[in-house]
Amino acid sequence: MADSLLKQAAPEKLTPKDFKSDQEVRWCPGCGDHGVLNSVQKAMALMGKPKEDFAVISGIGCSSRFPYYMDTYGFHSIHGRAAAIASGAKSANPNLEILQVSGDGDALAIGGNHFIHAVRRNIDMTILLFNNEIYGLTKGQYSPTSKHGMVTKTSPFGTIEQPFHPAELALGAQSKFYARSIDTNIKLTSEILLDATKHRGTSIVEVLQNCVIYNDGAHSLITDKNTKEEYQLVLRHGERMIFGKEKNKGLVMGGNGKLVVVTIGEHGITEQDILIHDAHTPDPHMHWLLSNMTAPEYPVALGVIRDVAALSYEEKMVQQIKDVQAQSSIKCMDDLLNSGDTWEV
Amino acid sequence: MSQKTKVIEKEEVVIRFSGDSGDGMQLTGTQFSDTSALFGNDVATFPDYPAEIRAPQGTVGGVSGFQLHFGHTEVNTPGDYADVLVAMNPAALKANLKWVKASGTIIVNEDSFTERNLEKAGYDSDPLQDDKLADYNLIKARVTSLTKECLKDSGLDQKSILRSKNMFALGMVYWMFDRPLAHTEEFIEGKFKKHPLVVDGNKKVLRAGYNFAKTIEALAYNYSVAPAKIKKGTYRNITGNKATAWGLIAAAEKAGLPLFCGSYPITPATEILQELAARKDLGVKTFQAEDEIAGICTAIGASFAGNFAVTTTSGPGLALKTEAAGLAVMTELPLVIVNVQRGGPSTGLPTKTEQSDLMQAIHGRSGECPMPVIAASTPSNCFEYAYRASKIALEHMTPVILLTDGFLANGAEPWRIPKMADLSPITVPLAKEGDDYMPYARDEEKLARKWAVPGTKGLEHRIGGLEKMDVTGTVSYVPENHQVMTDIRSERVKKVANFIPDLPVKGEENADVLVVGWGGTYGHLTTAVRELQKEDKSIALAHFNYILPLPKNTEEVLKRYKKVIVCELNDGQFAEYLRSNFQDIKFQQYNKLQGLPFTVKELKETFNQLLEEK
Repeated sequence: MADSLLKQAAPEKLTPKDFKSDQEVRWCPGCGDHGVLNSVQKAMALMGKPKEDFAVISGIGCSSRFPYYMDTYGFHSIHGRAAAIASGAKSANPNLEILQVSGDGDALAIGGNHFIHAVRRNIDMTILLFNNEIYGLTKGQYSPTSKHGMVTKTSPFGTIEQPFHPAELALGAQSKFYARSIDTNIKLTSEILLDATKHRGTSIVEVLQNCVIYNDGAHSLITDKNTKEEYQLVLRHGERMIFGKEKNKGLVMGGNGKLVVVTIGEHGITEQDILIHDAHTPDPHMHWLLSNMTAPEYPVALGVIRDVAALSYEEKMVQQIKDVQAQSSIKCMDDLLNSGDTWEV
Repeated sequence: MSQKTKVIEKEEVVIRFSGDSGDGMQLTGTQFSDTSALFGNDVATFPDYPAEIRAPQGTVGGVSGFQLHFGHTEVNTPGDYADVLVAMNPAALKANLKWVKASGTIIVNEDSFTERNLEKAGYDSDPLQDDKLADYNLIKARVTSLTKECLKDSGLDQKSILRSKNMFALGMVYWMFDRPLAHTEEFIEGKFKKHPLVVDGNKKVLRAGYNFAKTIEALAYNYSVAPAKIKKGTYRNITGNKATAWGLIAAAEKAGLPLFCGSYPITPATEILQELAARKDLGVKTFQAEDEIAGICTAIGASFAGNFAVTTTSGPGLALKTEAAGLAVMTELPLVIVNVQRGGPSTGLPTKTEQSDLMQAIHGRSGECPMPVIAASTPSNCFEYAYRASKIALEHMTPVILLTDGFLANGAEPWRIPKMADLSPITVPLAKEGDDYMPYARDEEKLARKWAVPGTKGLEHRIGGLEKMDVTGTVSYVPENHQVMTDIRSERVKKVANFIPDLPVKGEENADVLVVGWGGTYGHLTTAVRELQKEDKSIALAHFNYILPLPKNTEEVLKRYKKVIVCELNDGQFAEYLRSNFQDIKFQQYNKLQGLPFTVKELKETFNQLLEEK
């Protein structure tokens, strides 16, 4: 008995290769999506769950081809609706480990409503948000995250729209987990994905992704070899917010409630003055300041920015059903049919 | 129970309660119908209320009505015209006088006939003072002041006192039809159990109304309607929406799957979601989505993940669900889409009935995108057709549209309670661990693929909205394959015809006229045809529940008759659909678009005219 239990409990050793499907990967050569695919396969192999418990659910767009390249259960659905489909799948089958894949157009334009409501409900899944600030699959139109003034095929004179900051949107929807990575950093992305999976509730992982064809270099300041260390701040819970090539830059709180970039060793600043990252605090204020930092004024925050414990939607749903069932005298359909006012003829 | 001098036995009676939308007329009507059903009468009801919760007080637009028909014989409709009208204010009288039978009884709340209210209702003069109502049996009752008088020492506030005046009217009508008060008293005790003062107040007013009618001998004679002779069994009253919800739960239990409903509130479908949300004791999962699209998409996600999934809506909501419905067709996942039709287009007449979503149900999707469409035809058989829709969806691995309508949804009737053991089994084509699984391999009988539920070891696969390669289910842009898959999707729906019953006909095979209907018009059509048959008219009725595919004997039935008239509450959508299927048959039409059901009277006139035509 003990032996068989142990056997059941011990997960098979899986490798990233086990998660590769037999389908040819059709993204453009050099596309940032390749790196994210590798990160996901690497992370899933380490999650300790059997392969059949994974479901990858996507909408429409370049990144939404993702499920076809994964040897898991997968659903390539319709534009914008993946968060809703994933919400239904998780509610129906809470044992599933759901990765919901979307691009900035899919999740924040046509699917914006489903995105915020999935976050608000805190359904336990990871939303992998590929943000390349452009519509790639339809060949180069501006997206809801395109920078103001950006020239695209549908904004030949520059966009006149304000872009969304995905993190701001998510925090507004009371997100409990928000992390950010870049497509080329496979190590960081997989590390974040493992944390995202451990988090119970909706985990958003924004990946700053490069579209080599229609928006090449959108994130170059934070990805280029020469500048990246000056413009990336990788946050880790409990560690100081230090960055820079020389590891001598950091963040302190300014008098006006704004974050300030300082250099250790200058103006009497020591390492002890630098802020320590607290991802677990429920107060979203600091997470909001961190996630909204943009280069070149600030470094861009990467890593797990927010990770706050809360019950997930489906945990509450399952509990409520159990509670009601314990109280109710109606145990089956025949009971219901014969409940209340009935009479014999 | 009462000592009335003169009692007249009646076969059937129609009562219409009407008042302001806040006057509690729906509750009053429901109480009377439940009491009558418990008494053993056959009953049919028709709530008719405005879209606004509290429409402008005292105006004709704000009138809420509840009509009920109870009888000693089979009752199939809520009745065309009322024997008794209860009008709580001038607007209610104005709106409903045309629905009262010649020399019928009208009970009015005399207190409400003030100058101000008369003006709001659009009366130039007080109808109670002139001779306009001379042909009716007019009963003037000072309902408001009598209620106030009755409760002056009750300790209740003025607002609560005024709210109970509907009980006075109900009490009066109970006396007139010799009904016991016990059921309503129990109801009041249950509903207000936390407010003993309100319980006492309402019971007191109910009895006061009863005694008032007795004292004034509201009718010189009084009616008695004997219990109906109906099939033995255990009965309950049920509305169409509740029956729909229960049919879905029954199917889930029979199939051995959890029920998941993703939905967004919309009139007149909301009660299905509400009823399902209340049934957590049976493990039902309801997901009130952020919009109609998320309603169906969460359901599709739940279906993918192995639950029996449904989504419920009305016409405008079905339009929003269109793209996702196409996804369900493409991915061949089981799903029931319930459309409780209402007056359209656009927001249209949200609280009124219509059958104008038929073409939307049959054709309203992008691409060649067929799915079975079936329709319920009485409030209680919403259970049966919800069950059948579910069985088709689960066994054939397809989305199915179930059409009901506002009339069925809100209407109630006594229903012989089925036993779960007597319902036909539902066999779900689940793929199992160790199967040699191909996502789009099919069985021969139904062309249904197998359902490999995530979590099943070794059956990992991908599905989606892109065209599928036959058998393997991988993405395919091969031209010939698209033809093959389009043909399969069409053939799959056609094969459902092998699993549904033949179209029944009421009447002779060689009748002069065949009346054709579908869905919620059944009660009125069957009553009109039955009454004409009693008059020895050569007429028959074929009423459809299965729309797509049609029953296999449809053409054979339709061809037998010289004159075929298709009656529907739209501009001829089913007639057009039949024409496209059977080009050699001539279809005449009778259509109505007033947000109201047919009347038996107008149907009989139409059919008589057709019978007389050479």
